Amino acid sequence: MIHRPLLLGMAFLAAPSLAQSMPGMDMKGMVMPAPPKAPAHHRKTPPAKPAAKAAPHHAMSHDHGDMTMPMGHDMPEPPAAHDMTAMDGVAMTGTSLPAGNAPAPSMPMDHYADRFYAPADMERSRRQMMREDGGGLHHQLLFNIAEIQAQQGHEGYRWDADGFVGGDINRLWIKSEGEGRFHDGVDHAEVQALYGRAIGPYYNLQLGVRQDIRPSPSRTYAALSIEGLAPYRFETEAALFVSTRGDVLGRIEALYDQRITQRLVLQPRVELNLSAQDVPQGRYGAGLVDAELGLRLRYEIRREFAPYVGVSWERKAGKSADYARADGDRISSASFVAGVRGWF
Amino acid sequence: MTSSTTRALGSERIVDRRRLLLGSTLFGGSAVASAWTPAWAKRISTGIGSEARPLSGEDITLRIARQTMRIDGRPSRAVGINGFAPAPLIRLRQGQNVRLRVVNELDEDSSIHWHGLLVPAQFDGVPGISFPGIRARSTFVYEFPIRQAGTYWYHSHSGFQEQLGLYGPLVIEPAGPECAPFDREHVILLSDHSHEAPETIFRHLKLMPEYYNREQQTLSGLLAGKDQPLAERLKWGGMRMEPTDIADVTGATYTYLVNGHGPQDNWTGLFTPGERVRLRIINASSMTTFNLRIPGLPMTVVQADGQDVHPVEVDEFQIGIAETYDAIVIPQEDRAYTLVAESIDRSGMARATLAPRAGMIAEMPPLRARPLLSMADMGMGAMGGDMGGMDMSMRNFAHALQVKRGPGVQTLAPMPVDRTGDPGVGLAGVGHRVLTYRDLMALDRNPDIRAPSRSIEVHLTGNMERFMWSFDGKAMSDMMEPIPFTEGERVRVTLINDTMMGHPIHLHGHFFELVTGHGDHAPRKHTVLVQPGGTLSFDLTADAPGDWAFHCHLLYHMTAGMMRVVSVRPRGDAA
Repeated sequence: MIHRPLLLGMAFLAAPSLAQSMPGMDMKGMVMPAPPKAPAHHRKTPPAKPAAKAAPHHAMSHDHGDMTMPMGHDMPEPPAAHDMTAMDGVAMTGTSLPAGNAPAPSMPMDHYADRFYAPADMERSRRQMMREDGGGLHHQLLFNIAEIQAQQGHEGYRWDADGFVGGDINRLWIKSEGEGRFHDGVDHAEVQALYGRAIGPYYNLQLGVRQDIRPSPSRTYAALSIEGLAPYRFETEAALFVSTRGDVLGRIEALYDQRITQRLVLQPRVELNLSAQDVPQGRYGAGLVDAELGLRLRYEIRREFAPYVGVSWERKAGKSADYARADGDRISSASFVAGVRGWF
Repeated sequence: MTSSTTRALGSERIVDRRRLLLGSTLFGGSAVASAWTPAWAKRISTGIGSEARPLSGEDITLRIARQTMRIDGRPSRAVGINGFAPAPLIRLRQGQNVRLRVVNELDEDSSIHWHGLLVPAQFDGVPGISFPGIRARSTFVYEFPIRQAGTYWYHSHSGFQEQLGLYGPLVIEPAGPECAPFDREHVILLSDHSHEAPETIFRHLKLMPEYYNREQQTLSGLLAGKDQPLAERLKWGGMRMEPTDIADVTGATYTYLVNGHGPQDNWTGLFTPGERVRLRIINASSMTTFNLRIPGLPMTVVQADGQDVHPVEVDEFQIGIAETYDAIVIPQEDRAYTLVAESIDRSGMARATLAPRAGMIAEMPPLRARPLLSMADMGMGAMGGDMGGMDMSMRNFAHALQVKRGPGVQTLAPMPVDRTGDPGVGLAGVGHRVLTYRDLMALDRNPDIRAPSRSIEVHLTGNMERFMWSFDGKAMSDMMEPIPFTEGERVRVTLINDTMMGHPIHLHGHFFELVTGHGDHAPRKHTVLVQPGGTLSFDLTADAPGDWAFHCHLLYHMTAGMMRVVSVRPRGDAA
């Protein structure tokens, strides 16, 4: 911020000298496309040859554009164009004159059209107009993952979806993710209901509840998450969950859409689950619980409908892995996946 | 209350039975109506002025109804007037009075705004600002004197009806001699048309702003050495900026039209070699900035936004939405010429033919390569590249104290410059003469040559990731607070485009003079295209009391909130 006046000042000083130092730059070319004489006499007599080009040279006027400062930043108006015009013998008048600093009028307290039409009719249409211009509500249900997973010996399925309804700033969200095996039923399923608010150009803050339906017994958590678009266009989400029993869990997700062609997109994705404490009944321990890395290649038949294939690798970590070993479960698995990314 | 006031108040009750019956006989069923095309827009046109029954005179009836529209052989839903979409040509004469009876046969509210016409505020046709709108199945009578001459247009200001075909040309003959005489005239009305419902288009943009961008940078492009090199891509990615984000709605869904005809329909305007042909070019599209050229035929621009300018000969110009340009062409040869209007992102083109005889065609040039946005489009000024230790933060609110901080403001141009000397995105270095705003100079001395008594700034703000658009960070839905002016005062208004997209900004009820170095011969306009990351100043004499719409003429930007009210009140009138 403190550099700004300095920068403007420098450019301001630099402009004329820059122009002079540019080889081959005809200063006359800097004059705006004014015809050589004062133009008032054209009023009644149209030029005989309209085909004759009045503007001198385009490239010149383009260069000139770069030297003009933005106005209204408590700076005197740049002299460039106007001085040139003055040099050319045209009086400083009209739009060449600098603006004064008279105060702005106060805000009117009435609606002008109420003088002509029934105020109630105007009020109705005004409300509608304001609602239509920026106040719209929208909704979406997006399945980023809806797939079958093929592993050695058994096939499963998995989903990860979210949806919202609301305006630009405030939205109600639902999220759900889970997985299961075709013959054993659902291993894990959760649903979140959240109120979300845009807290910056890229990020949303979401607050609500998470209900784990599987495994049973079901658990309920308070949920807080921040999600949005990180630099380099990574889509990110960080969530914190506190269960009714005081357990604290965390989750971090990030994905990136690498466009290979206009319709072929490679999506690397990572999901980390964390826990603040050991929960033996839940078979997970403090620290990193598990990690999932995925790589999915989709083809956008439409933006809303993109079948994909990919691979997914999951591994339990730390104490959670110890629990799995003790239970005789595998601590890592790799799957080929096939599914559809879609929204409506 | 004046007499016109009384009429306005009572007009919703007035339904002229006789005209209604006549209308339903002539234009009644939409099936019949769809087979009709207005004379000016017939696929082969000898020019306007030759209609058997043009819409002219002091009493005109316009009947708004649903109908079909056939583009390149494919029918689609439309909303039109008197059975025509685009709507019929209205031809008036400067100095006359006109009474326009608008019958809304839709099941929803409608309206007509006379774009660029200086009319009393209560007849400007913006629901919620100038009048309550025309309720479903009712009639409204507009009545005003025609104070000006030139090329204008009219369109619905309700919902998305404009996208559905509710737009038409409006030509006013001067009371005195024509400043740029001609032997023949054609209307060239450019527009964009989609088979998708406009509500669907808007929803797609809200949910996925890049939905229609099928020219994004790709990995295969990188490997093929196309577009930005890797280092540049990383830099832009780091800023979450997208250099291919040139148009929100593209040829992926749009067909671009000339006079309601698709490129295959190939609207043809006839001429006799050697004639001076006046093209009245109107950009009536909802979301498309066009770059227009006629290969082999130079164009001499003689009017901009209906106002006479010193003739400027060019080979191409960019035309923002709602702008009009009149150009004289003098085709000497006995051959056809193709008129090409590429969409700014070059995802498609509108095409027409000028020819001595029907059936002749000229070569249709291929679409040129899609341009990329630059650092200048980001508001990095002329300095681009290495900024040294300077603060080039892309979102420093100290640069724009009046802008409301919020999710709707993605960036603030750190160093915006006046870009009125730029030809527009993709037109630098095309190898021929391209019009810039600085080339425009009024033919007549400006009516008000006082120095502005004060100046104001308006920031054009937005967030591409959320498809939010606003002025000063505030959407229309956020506030009803107008931008106040005192009647008769002259104010310098500087528009600062903090976004990477050009915005055609329209102020209703007024002309304003562009501050482009032409003193008291500044070009007068009603709509200006503010280039990405650029500034543009105009001097406004607030001479029309009323509340006036002030908005971005990209239809879905307006719908996303990029609109405000400008209020003009007599001195001492403010409560």
